Amino acid sequence: MIPLKKIITFFLLLICVGLFAQEVKMVTISGGTFVPLYGATTKKPVKVAPFSIDVYPVTNAQYLAFVKKYPDYSRSKMKGLYADKSYLTQWESDFNYGKNNLSNAPITNVSWFAAKKYCECQGKRLPSMDEWEYVAMADEKRSDARTKEEFNRYILSWYEKPKTYSNPVGQTFKNYWGVYDMHGLVWEWTSDFNSIFLSGESRKDKDTDKNLFCGSGSVNATDLMNYAAFMRYAFRGSLKANYTTKNLGFRCAKD
Amino acid sequence: MKQLFHFSKPYKIIALALFAAASIFSCGKKEEKHDVDYYEKIKVEGQKEAELTAPPFVPKPVGDRPAMHLVVNMEIKEQEGEMVDGTKYIYWTFGGSVPGSFIRTRVGDEIEFHLKNHPDNKLPHNIDLHAVTGQGGGASSSIVAPGHEKVFNFKVLNPGLYVYHCATAPVGMHIANGMYGLILVEPEGGLPPVDKEFYVMQGDFYTKGSYGEQGVQPFDMNKALKEEPDYVVFNGKVGAIAGDNALTAKVGETVRIYMGNGGPNLLSSFHVIGEIFDKVHIEGGDAINTNVQTTLIPAGGSAIVEFKVDVPGTFILVDHSIFRAFNKGALGMLKVTGEENKKIYSGTTQEGIYLPEGGNIQNMPEGKKEAKSTVAKTLPEQIKSGKAIFGTTCFACHQSEGQGVPNAFPPLAKSDYLNADPNRAIQAVIRGLSGEITVNGKKINSVMPSQNLSDDEIADVLTYVYSSWGNNKTVVTPAMVKAQRK
Repeated sequence: MIPLKKIITFFLLLICVGLFAQEVKMVTISGGTFVPLYGATTKKPVKVAPFSIDVYPVTNAQYLAFVKKYPDYSRSKMKGLYADKSYLTQWESDFNYGKNNLSNAPITNVSWFAAKKYCECQGKRLPSMDEWEYVAMADEKRSDARTKEEFNRYILSWYEKPKTYSNPVGQTFKNYWGVYDMHGLVWEWTSDFNSIFLSGESRKDKDTDKNLFCGSGSVNATDLMNYAAFMRYAFRGSLKANYTTKNLGFRCAKD
Repeated sequence: MKQLFHFSKPYKIIALALFAAASIFSCGKKEEKHDVDYYEKIKVEGQKEAELTAPPFVPKPVGDRPAMHLVVNMEIKEQEGEMVDGTKYIYWTFGGSVPGSFIRTRVGDEIEFHLKNHPDNKLPHNIDLHAVTGQGGGASSSIVAPGHEKVFNFKVLNPGLYVYHCATAPVGMHIANGMYGLILVEPEGGLPPVDKEFYVMQGDFYTKGSYGEQGVQPFDMNKALKEEPDYVVFNGKVGAIAGDNALTAKVGETVRIYMGNGGPNLLSSFHVIGEIFDKVHIEGGDAINTNVQTTLIPAGGSAIVEFKVDVPGTFILVDHSIFRAFNKGALGMLKVTGEENKKIYSGTTQEGIYLPEGGNIQNMPEGKKEAKSTVAKTLPEQIKSGKAIFGTTCFACHQSEGQGVPNAFPPLAKSDYLNADPNRAIQAVIRGLSGEITVNGKKINSVMPSQNLSDDEIADVLTYVYSSWGNNKTVVTPAMVKAQRK
């Protein structure tokens, strides 16, 4: 009897650990240098120190656990200064994400303030833009696939897929680092999303970075790569920290 | 001095009265010419929300209303639509349509523009209105994230018809996906009234698959850069204003088309087959040209065309860079109903054989065009000859693979209409065919002229068609054709 009990306990423990582990599943990203595609005033490589990052974006279920623990971040209690009116509007109520949202779909309609707080409460932080971009340049096999045409086509094709925010996490490809959903699911907050200012008047922005969109008579992989990246930077540039949108989620990182 | 003063007063009054009368007359007759400074100083009276319409419709004319504070609520939606039967495309739209909602203003209006980016959208957008005097035409002030709204204000100072479009990078891609529309700034007192007004805009589209390839077709940046569109269309899709969706008017009505060209690349040689534009506001501005056959509309430009329809019929709107019309979709229809006027257009009055040697035109009674050949052809010979005839006579409308042109010319490939009745097909070639027919479940209302071919030629070309593209391999003989001539 005792051995059986022991075995059951062991299994229960395993399941718990498994669940827990799934919740906080992170992978280590080796440090390195890379040249960001946009916004760098010089084309000098940026250094990225080793860090860990969540394998998946934060889900509805995970965020629900968070707001239950921190009711100040529930929909009705959230202060307007920290999140605009569409904060969690897709949820049925304060503590119920409802039938229309999958438990394992990415949480969206959260502000930068809320995302930051969430990560802090897990003993983590938001990834920086450079960290995020560093991880996002990997495809299944390579740590930097930015010059691969197919990879860029994949990223760009996401812009033409409607309502991907309602898909579960982990269904796009697993990249070189073991991270999912960097492309093809939702946009993600970064800690310094607004550090690069685009006026939004792209024809004017162009003057500040003539390497982009100028002078090329055909679209090669580099141009596609620039387009794909530009979309991300332009999107970030259109945000303010209290903004929430349906296609914007987040994941956490850790030193 | 005093006396002089008294003397001059009545003159002054008369002069003033005359001046006033002259101004009244000039308002009624000819628009007084004002400049931008004048319109800048116009005071606005009252406020209202602008009526926005999807193409091919336009909002009500401004009439003689004063300049107003006009609130425009424009929503941006990224949504799937149909480019041509079975081909889907993710359009980016102003107001849910391509082209975007029509905005109608009066010179001097102060516009409060609310640009709303739908929460389901993925990308930030903005708007550059060519009617705006100011940096970026509003683009710098209007970049808006999904799920948000931006507000900016401007005063319209120059009357005319202007294009608006998205100017978020990559600008070309945003325009290529359908982010353009028209804003009309009417002069004081409005444009002269007409019976029918329509909103049409041309655009070129670049898809990964070629014309008609099924499924969702993504945007192809390479083709866009090379300026090699798969589709050139009016109002965002093939057949948007053709067939059941054709524009309509009655004989005697005056039609005004607000015609724009969103591009992103091509210039439009806008033409209406069988009509002459009585008036064209060149490039959407003040200059009016009269009696114009084809007007050139630059990308990011417009024209206002007006004409009175005098006779009934289906008038085809085309980009007269004509391969675009028959092969890429730049084809629309204006269906005019009413009494015929034989004086203006008679229709065919005589059919004859032209014999250069004889110098006379002879009447050709039906059935007279006999088969000349004495030896019957083999099937391969018939098909070979038929293919050649198809290439010169039928191909232009029914297309090289018999696929036809959606909403304009019925397909011959796998055609249920064709396979059901060879005699009906023979009749169509001999006598022509017009009016509504249903082919493979799609209604088509078009006109095929009678073809001046011999019995042998008709037998050969039909045999070729029946033997191709999945048809039922009916062999048509000259005798069958002859029988149908009676």
